[in-house]
Amino acid sequence: MSYLKKSPWIIHYDGSSCNGCDIEALACLTPVYDLERLGVINTGNPKHADIFLITGAVNEQNKAALKAIYDQMPEPKVVVAVGVCATSGGIFVDCYNLSGPVDKIIPVDVYVPGCACRPESIFDAIAQAIQTLEQKHHLRQKND
Amino acid sequence: MEIIIIIIAYIMLTPVFCGTLAGLDRKITARMQARVGPPIAQPFYDVFKLMQKEGIVVRRTQNLYILFFLLAMVFTGSLFFTGENILLVIFALTLAEIFLVLGAYKTSSPYSFIGSQRELIQMMAYEPVLVLTSVGIYMVTKSFYISDIVAFKRPLILYLPGVFFAFIYILTMKFRKSPFDLSMSEHAHQELVRGITTEFSGRALAMIQIAHWYDHSIMLGFIYLFFAHNPVLALIAVLALYFLVIVIDNTFARLRWQLALASCWVVALVFGLGNIIILFFLK
Repeated sequence: MSYLKKSPWIIHYDGSSCNGCDIEALACLTPVYDLERLGVINTGNPKHADIFLITGAVNEQNKAALKAIYDQMPEPKVVVAVGVCATSGGIFVDCYNLSGPVDKIIPVDVYVPGCACRPESIFDAIAQAIQTLEQKHHLRQKND
Repeated sequence: MEIIIIIIAYIMLTPVFCGTLAGLDRKITARMQARVGPPIAQPFYDVFKLMQKEGIVVRRTQNLYILFFLLAMVFTGSLFFTGENILLVIFALTLAEIFLVLGAYKTSSPYSFIGSQRELIQMMAYEPVLVLTSVGIYMVTKSFYISDIVAFKRPLILYLPGVFFAFIYILTMKFRKSPFDLSMSEHAHQELVRGITTEFSGRALAMIQIAHWYDHSIMLGFIYLFFAHNPVLALIAVLALYFLVIVIDNTFARLRWQLALASCWVVALVFGLGNIIILFFLK
């Protein structure tokens, strides 16, 4: 039995979003939605996190930061791209400073559409991310 | 033989008891903020999950310090609950904390560096109170041995109200709660990334968590000593004070380290030492 399902800790990173999705992601932690009842903690430290929540497309300046955070997260880890900018670039897709959507830089497991996405869909994404986390854990155990 | 049974029971039961208390804490905190909150067993899920995660280290030796931190904490708790010398308990407790600080220094990350410096400041702030507590208890009971203190028939709290107040004052520091959660926080409060635990992951982080539960058990044991003449009252006092710490945690913002240090020393001097001086002249 894996306990990853019971306590997924998230780290939230803002690529270059308009803050719409950020506010919705933080709204999930407020009393109305309360992600913590699923055991979720917003850690803010990549070494403690299981789920990497990214909002907004990635630009040339924070590409390195995004990679660094991803590399510092211990296995098993899951990346969730929140919002249409993170999944495809959105309306910023043609900007000169954009490196592209998140999956151009690091592998993404769960995509959440929406501009800005509803807290309910972020909830759903985290529920799916937990399943992926579980799969990755079993895969890792098999390889060991 | 009896001592071995007590130690084994202590090692087995403390994580269960203090983990459940931590779960209740998170539930009560959530309710105070009008949230549903995680299940009571959440701290155990967290620890079991951390055991299954990969452990990333900056330097391999950093986890060795954490192992010694846990062992020293268990050793300290075993000394306390087998009725050994209270001064020895305080010195062993300091040693255990120093291992955590050394482990965090070893990672050479700026965040855990500041976290461990703040941990040292916290230790400077609460050590005088712990020593004054043991001195005050000695003046009343004429013994440093916890077995004698527990057997003392009259209520210690009536002799040492000032010392008790000073002890409550540093309690939030030991439980890592606001207003004194300077080096790291029990809850999801973010400060200096994660303070002293920033560079620890996986099994090492789980060990830090378990060591904190042993630490909590020693602090709750100290509260018990003040009411030891009546075990039922003592248990109620322990739970009531734990609840009080949760209320304080949810009411206050974090203080700056200057104020934390100064106020702890002022409280230790005025209430702790004042209580002992009065006791000295009344005898």
